[in-house]
Amino acid sequence: MSTELPLSTPRHGWSWHLGVVAFLILWALIYQQLQPLSEGLTSLLPVERHSHTGEAIAFFLYDVPKVLFLLTLIVFAMGVVRSFFSPEKTRAALSGRREGVGNIMAAGLGVLTPFCSCSAVPLFLGFVSAGVPLGVTFSFLIAAPMVNEVALVLLFGLVGWPVALTYLGFGLAIAVVAGWVIGKLRLEGWLQDWVRDLHSGASSPATVTDTPLTLVDRYRQGITAVRDILAKVWLWVILGIGMGAVIHGYVPQELMARIMGADAWWSVPAAVVMGIPMYTNAAGVIPIVEALLGKGAALGTVLAFMMSVIALSLPEMIILRQVLTLRLIAVFIGVVASGILAVGFLFNLLF
Amino acid sequence: MKSVKVYGPGCKRCETTATMVKEAAEKLGIAVDVEKVTDPKAIALAGVMSTPGIAIDGKLVHTGGLPEAAKIEGWLRA
Repeated sequence: MSTELPLSTPRHGWSWHLGVVAFLILWALIYQQLQPLSEGLTSLLPVERHSHTGEAIAFFLYDVPKVLFLLTLIVFAMGVVRSFFSPEKTRAALSGRREGVGNIMAAGLGVLTPFCSCSAVPLFLGFVSAGVPLGVTFSFLIAAPMVNEVALVLLFGLVGWPVALTYLGFGLAIAVVAGWVIGKLRLEGWLQDWVRDLHSGASSPATVTDTPLTLVDRYRQGITAVRDILAKVWLWVILGIGMGAVIHGYVPQELMARIMGADAWWSVPAAVVMGIPMYTNAAGVIPIVEALLGKGAALGTVLAFMMSVIALSLPEMIILRQVLTLRLIAVFIGVVASGILAVGFLFNLLF
Repeated sequence: MKSVKVYGPGCKRCETTATMVKEAAEKLGIAVDVEKVTDPKAIALAGVMSTPGIAIDGKLVHTGGLPEAAKIEGWLRA
């Protein structure tokens, strides 16, 4: 059956490797020049560099190309890495796994396994029916959207690596702990009836026979990932950074610090609640995050807002409604929101 | 007549995949009956975890992401 032609003959392999190396070198050269280039461009415009408008324009002209460059590189790298993973392999690794270790593995694999939120329901069913414990499945489903390369790249590029690493660590921690708690609550009875009946039968479905991928195939997958993701987020990046530029240039620092500063205890829960109905990808929210931080909003509050926007979204709940009862969705939201709250408060306390 | 099932909840990619299968079949002159399966239970029972999935005459040949046109032709010819 698998008679399809290999997509690339090994002969062409070396030209691909050279191409990737050349791309990396070119990337690094241009990336280093972005700051002088953007300053040069700004100085060509008829505005005073240190005026509000000048600040806003310089911010915009530097950050947009910087973020797009970082995204291209990291999304390509993640596309190549993800080609080594698949939902089927992840399921095999997790099925019958005990809670605890299982939750930790699931959160990690949630980051590495290719996942699209439109596949959330089939993936959920595939996991549960193959004997992956409910809590472990939730760890995967929480980590997959929350800790993604787009969020991490944007945080790294716009706010710096300490915040990016912290986000990575706490995002994984929330996925592990929330999944573990849901597992401990023994809520299997709160699945939709037909999902419980599925436990048998579907556990050993015919899987697609993989032809082994060559490195060139993996490069191609990386390029596809770049094309897909950039096509989806470029507008958000520009809009978000534009919004960030306005805040950067115009909104007075004292106002923001008063609303979102560490002193206002209610700011963290307010940020989480505001984030739930908002649905955008990481690209849309992070430039706002940067500008808020720059203007004195507390780190914990801002991170809580961002996690809530990305991890708890109404559209996803509506999709999951097909397999979960409302009660179970409520528990899911409650547990994850508590985790985000804890992270927000902890941060405001620490920093 | 080959029976082709395209599994997916009805997202844009799944629509595109179904169209691609029809186009490939037309190009090859193979008669196909393309059915879109959107019921989550049926998708799960077929063993599809990442959509879209394609099964030809009951055999799963592809899951996850848009397939390449050349590959679809290969599956249809097999």
